[in-house]
Amino acid sequence: MPTPMSPQPNLPTHLPALTPEQLIDRLAEQIKPHIESNLHADCALVGIHTGGVWIMDALAERFRVVGTPDIPRGVLDIAFYRDDFSRIGLHPETKPSHLPFDVEGRHILLIDDVLYTGRTIRAAMNLLFDYGRPATIKLAVLVDRGGRELPVCADYVGLKLELPADQHISLEKSEAEGLHFIMKRKP
Amino acid sequence: MKIHIKNGRVIDPASGLDAVLDIYVAASHIVGIGAPAAGPSQGRRSAPSGGSEAWGPSIPADFHANQTIDASGLIVCPGLVDLSVRLREPGLEYMATLETEMHAAAVGGITSLACPPDTDPPLDEPGLVEMLKFRAKHMPGPRVYPVGALTRKLKGEGITEMAELTEAGCIAFSQADAPLIDTQVLLRAMEYAKTFELSVWLRPQDPHLAREGVAHDGVVAARLGFPPIPVPAETVALSTILLLVRETGARVHLARLSSRAGIEMVRHAKQDGLPITCDVGIHHVHLSEMDTADFNAHCHLIPPLRSQRDRDAIRHGLEDGTIDAICSDHAPVDDDAKELPFQEAEPGATGVELLLPLTLKWARETGLPLTKALGYITQHPAAILGVDAGRIGIGRPADLCLFDPEATWVVNRANLASLGKNSPFLGLEMQGRVQYTLIDGHLDFRRGNHH
Amino acid sequence: MSANLQLTDDGRLRHLLTLDGLPARILTQILDTAASFITVTDSERDVKKVPLLRGKAIFNIFFENSTRTRTTFEIAAKRLSADVVNLNINASSQSKGETLLDTIANLSAMQADMFIVRHAAAGAGHLIARHVAPHIHIVNAGDGRCSHPTQGLLDMFTLRHYKGPFHNLRVAIVGDVLHSRVARSQIHALTTLGCPEVRVVAPKTLLPRDVENLGVHVFHKMAEGIKDVDAVLMLRLQNERMRGSRLPTAGEYYKHWGLTPDKLKLAKPDAIVMHPGPMNRGVEIDSAVADGMQSVILSQVTFGIAVRMAVMSILAGN
Repeated sequence: MPTPMSPQPNLPTHLPALTPEQLIDRLAEQIKPHIESNLHADCALVGIHTGGVWIMDALAERFRVVGTPDIPRGVLDIAFYRDDFSRIGLHPETKPSHLPFDVEGRHILLIDDVLYTGRTIRAAMNLLFDYGRPATIKLAVLVDRGGRELPVCADYVGLKLELPADQHISLEKSEAEGLHFIMKRKP
Repeated sequence: MKIHIKNGRVIDPASGLDAVLDIYVAASHIVGIGAPAAGPSQGRRSAPSGGSEAWGPSIPADFHANQTIDASGLIVCPGLVDLSVRLREPGLEYMATLETEMHAAAVGGITSLACPPDTDPPLDEPGLVEMLKFRAKHMPGPRVYPVGALTRKLKGEGITEMAELTEAGCIAFSQADAPLIDTQVLLRAMEYAKTFELSVWLRPQDPHLAREGVAHDGVVAARLGFPPIPVPAETVALSTILLLVRETGARVHLARLSSRAGIEMVRHAKQDGLPITCDVGIHHVHLSEMDTADFNAHCHLIPPLRSQRDRDAIRHGLEDGTIDAICSDHAPVDDDAKELPFQEAEPGATGVELLLPLTLKWARETGLPLTKALGYITQHPAAILGVDAGRIGIGRPADLCLFDPEATWVVNRANLASLGKNSPFLGLEMQGRVQYTLIDGHLDFRRGNHH
Repeated sequence: MSANLQLTDDGRLRHLLTLDGLPARILTQILDTAASFITVTDSERDVKKVPLLRGKAIFNIFFENSTRTRTTFEIAAKRLSADVVNLNINASSQSKGETLLDTIANLSAMQADMFIVRHAAAGAGHLIARHVAPHIHIVNAGDGRCSHPTQGLLDMFTLRHYKGPFHNLRVAIVGDVLHSRVARSQIHALTTLGCPEVRVVAPKTLLPRDVENLGVHVFHKMAEGIKDVDAVLMLRLQNERMRGSRLPTAGEYYKHWGLTPDKLKLAKPDAIVMHPGPMNRGVEIDSAVADGMQSVILSQVTFGIAVRMAVMSILAGN
């Protein structure tokens, strides 16, 4: 196990010791047995905009088996299901959700970058259910940073952190650096 | 009642007088005008310049003032003469009443006014006119000169008893804003008026070309989709009227011109010697269609506010004398009839209290001297009315307006005396405010906060 | 001034009254958001609504009857999970003494969050917006001849969907521009979004004076007006205009300004045909064109729901 970053409020924020790509490798290792056991069942990957979709695509690369069809992939934008709409309004860059498969009876692996309050996952599950009744939903996240406000926990976690409320970790993607973490202190 | 108005800057557009003088008023008339009298209660003043040299210190014999008004810093001019003030009586008292609007007119410095016949019922019978004159006479406020209906019920069909109505007190005959579609009736009305040498006042508007219209047919109407009133609505009607004037020789006053093309036609007709005069509304001297672009129902006026070019032509027409007079076209409207979408709102603006400050504003903007500018709201309209008003002189009626040319005030609902709070100028600052109004030798209005 | 009334102090949309003067960033935001809402009605979804406006009360106040427009707003509101109340207020109940503002005050007291207003007079929405409580949003669903902003937006959505960025497009608006709030909204939107050539094609009796000031090129002949355009935006000709002093007959109008397959050949081969509906087949548009390959008229209807959802959700969140 890597050493979780210890909360040190007076110091500048630390980046996790492992890179996102390394964490995705670890996540893939955890998930693979589950995927393989369901490979012939109705299985689908669903990423949450935006970071979750990057991770989903990276995982899909790792799950690829030559000679077999790829696992179907869908994307969710939960802007229309957020519970803070009346406080902060509509997110200006809302993307369409797209699930190119029948959700009904399917085993869904829901993927996000950072698990924090659990509200995004709540919204994503509501959104999924508006498409149909899945058989199971499992949750995979790259980082679980603690601070849950809802009874949500992930089935697969790349890295577990305990960050104070004023610290934020987010996943970014750029041409130069590829996937990388950004730590910010917010009042 | 004898009143001594001392140290005012007296401006009389008719004579060109502009000097610091004292005025003595007794028994409804001006009985003396002279250089400020030296007295124990005041310092000696230097001799007034300009036109005052003719005026020696002339206190009429046996003049003992009951009241002295210190007009230092004020301009003393003839009481204003307004060619169009809707008093809304009879019949439209929910908009305003005779009492309130007469008072508002006095607050605005107006001492004589003509009221159009668009009351309910219209002023088409001598009894109605007599009643109006009687009621107005027993109220404080300006002298009221009713304009009689040209046709019965203003319907544009049968002509009224113009001779009888004149005896009852009408000074002219008009359709107000009601259409007169039948040109044969118009021709005969003008012939009949000419028979008695009566004046016909007409607002040129072709009812068909203006049908359903609410705004100038220009850029703003194109943008906002207001049903338009094209300029030819004015010019086509004007051309008919001018041809009939040529035919009949009737004395016609053209009311509320709005367009450059219309003013140009009047200019030529006057050069041809036709017996016509004309006026514009004070709002049209300042505003244009651009002021309607935010759907402000207070700018829904009759005729419509036209383009900036038309507004500039109105100013030019005033300066070169094509347009004789400016009136307030006072139209108090209750809130229920104004707080509606632009095209559904009752047209018109309250005006009696803004006539003077808006005329002063125009004079400041154009650099016109007050001796000239004030003529458009005193001497000239009085001449159109054909009454002895609008001038300052010994033996003339003591109708005077004393205003502070420097005083600034913001137009708001609370400080308008008129029941009509409908003004495009709400919230805007005016410069120039009436402090005293004398009508027929009586102090009819004095502003409370003046020294 | 009219633009300011629509925006909050920090430049977000507060009311949607007209497209005249709205910045391009807001128009684009609405179109982008609408694109996301398209998927809400995807066949792959069991539940064709989202919980965004759950608990909000939206009042459809129609002073001028239009079942069609009212229904599109109603569907849009319901897809956002809002509660919808429909009110048709005809002119006669208005004339019984209750003023427009009385009506609005009464409805405001019923805890409304948004009013969708259709009215026969230009600027009715502006008047209401000036008088409502600050938390209430107004959407103009058509005011006189002035503006019909959601129709203009759905037309822009459709154009962008089929034809891509606006800066490459040549667009002709054909028909009764004079009486058309749709045309005015289209013109403002197209010029704001950077469409380099907006044409209007109509007889002089159906064009406002000074219409060039709105930034359009004026054509009277169809053959010239729709030549090489990317899109033909047809306008509805109201029945009452067909006979009278503006047009002699529907037949003569059809002959000169009706969109037939032959005339459409003058436009670019891949030009699209739009119409705000309801259509007068055989008057302004030939059935062969209305139902033809180049017609996107039914897509307009579908997109209209998404655009109205976008407008309502952006407003409710601001």
